[in-house]
Amino acid sequence: MSNDDAILSSTPVLSAMFRLQWEEVQQAWVLLYPEGMVKLNGSAGEIIKRLDGKKSVTELIAELEKDFETTGLEKDVLAFLEIAHQQGWVKA
Amino acid sequence: MTPTVNGKEVTVGPPLWLLAEITYACPLHCVFCYNPVDYTQHGPELTTQEWLKVLRDARAAGSVQCGFSGGEPLVRDDLEELVAEAHKLGFYTNLLTSGIGFTAERAKALKDAGLDHVQLSFQDSTRELNDFLSHTKTFALKQKAAQLIQSNGWPMVLNCVIHRLNIDYIDKIIELAVDLGAEYLELANSQYYSWAQLNRDGLMPSREQLQRAERVTNEYREKLGDKLRIFFVVPDYYETRPKKCMNGWGNIFLTITPDGSALPCHTAKMIKHLEFPNVKNMSVKDIWYESEAFNHYRGDAWMKEPCQTCPEKEKDLGGCRCQALMLTGDAANADPVCDKSEHHQTVLDAVAYAQVPDAKRIEVKPLVFRDPINSRKLSSITEA
Repeated sequence: MSNDDAILSSTPVLSAMFRLQWEEVQQAWVLLYPEGMVKLNGSAGEIIKRLDGKKSVTELIAELEKDFETTGLEKDVLAFLEIAHQQGWVKA
Repeated sequence: MTPTVNGKEVTVGPPLWLLAEITYACPLHCVFCYNPVDYTQHGPELTTQEWLKVLRDARAAGSVQCGFSGGEPLVRDDLEELVAEAHKLGFYTNLLTSGIGFTAERAKALKDAGLDHVQLSFQDSTRELNDFLSHTKTFALKQKAAQLIQSNGWPMVLNCVIHRLNIDYIDKIIELAVDLGAEYLELANSQYYSWAQLNRDGLMPSREQLQRAERVTNEYREKLGDKLRIFFVVPDYYETRPKKCMNGWGNIFLTITPDGSALPCHTAKMIKHLEFPNVKNMSVKDIWYESEAFNHYRGDAWMKEPCQTCPEKEKDLGGCRCQALMLTGDAANADPVCDKSEHHQTVLDAVAYAQVPDAKRIEVKPLVFRDPINSRKLSSITEA
């Protein structure tokens, strides 16, 4: 199984250290953690809010493509999830 | 929003960080405390209802992180009620505490109220310095608080203020944090404001002490890996460029003091020529966007030389207004930590004095402990 295949079948979830929240004043999704905040851009927010620890990344991509009536999101989603893992926001 | 500051429009975002200093009362007497030296002369504390209104107003203005601090915030018995309201409003709630008064009952009540995080500080510079260093009473107290933090599922974040008197015991401090099961440890050198400024000569470590402490910290980082993440903050006097204080004046940070004064940072009240607004007679939104005090040092039109034409001015915004005031007499000057400041020598002098061993100092000033008697004494000197 290639690295990408392993990621596609993984079921990531938001790390317990972080809380995802929509901020009306900022018009953005943010991640809150002890004494800190990460402001997410639109697509990052759409990805993270869909993570539930049950859905595979393949299913996540399919859902995003359906909701936004588009195709070919795999590369962008995988790239973002890699960053999210590195930052410790998301656990596989 | 874009208020006009000194004739220039400045874009201002929301006050993302609300620090609620709900009381100056504290069972401790830390010599590095950043509460104002004249804290005993401030007005009466806001009532529960007034604090609840502050929380609602600040949240509506876009505040999202809320720190409950002091003094010791556990001294107020309405803390749980305030945390519950903050949680309900959607704040991420942080409690900054020494752990004194943190009982199993209160921990549970705070958890039920929705408290998200507890930052436990070691207070080592009480009159019981030896207890701290020998891990006796302090350890028992911290262990109890740490167990409550863990059993309630909060992340374990420890903070220890480092200074000349405890920096040589940094290995013990790190081991204490390991023993307590900490995930994060902040080793923050004392910053020289308020009580710490009074005690600066006694608190500033020598370069040799600092280097050793950093070396020891790095050894532990290597040994402990992900088990404990350690942050080490050096005193800015040892730098040649100032810190971007509070990430900019009136940029993200809003402090409300026990009597309801609104400040861009917890020590700003020392800037006497500014009239800081009070939440009792102005809304948080107006304070943040409209008040003269919050607009005063926004943008860069207020800057003098060398800041005004400095290519790095956006990077540090001229450093800290309070430090500029304390060390140069004018809050609009460059923070003299900057080696471009004509007052940089004052910083170099303080650093030079820090290299003199205590035994070779001609006059060793006794440390001034933060307590009501000293506060009243020092306030009467300032007023005279």
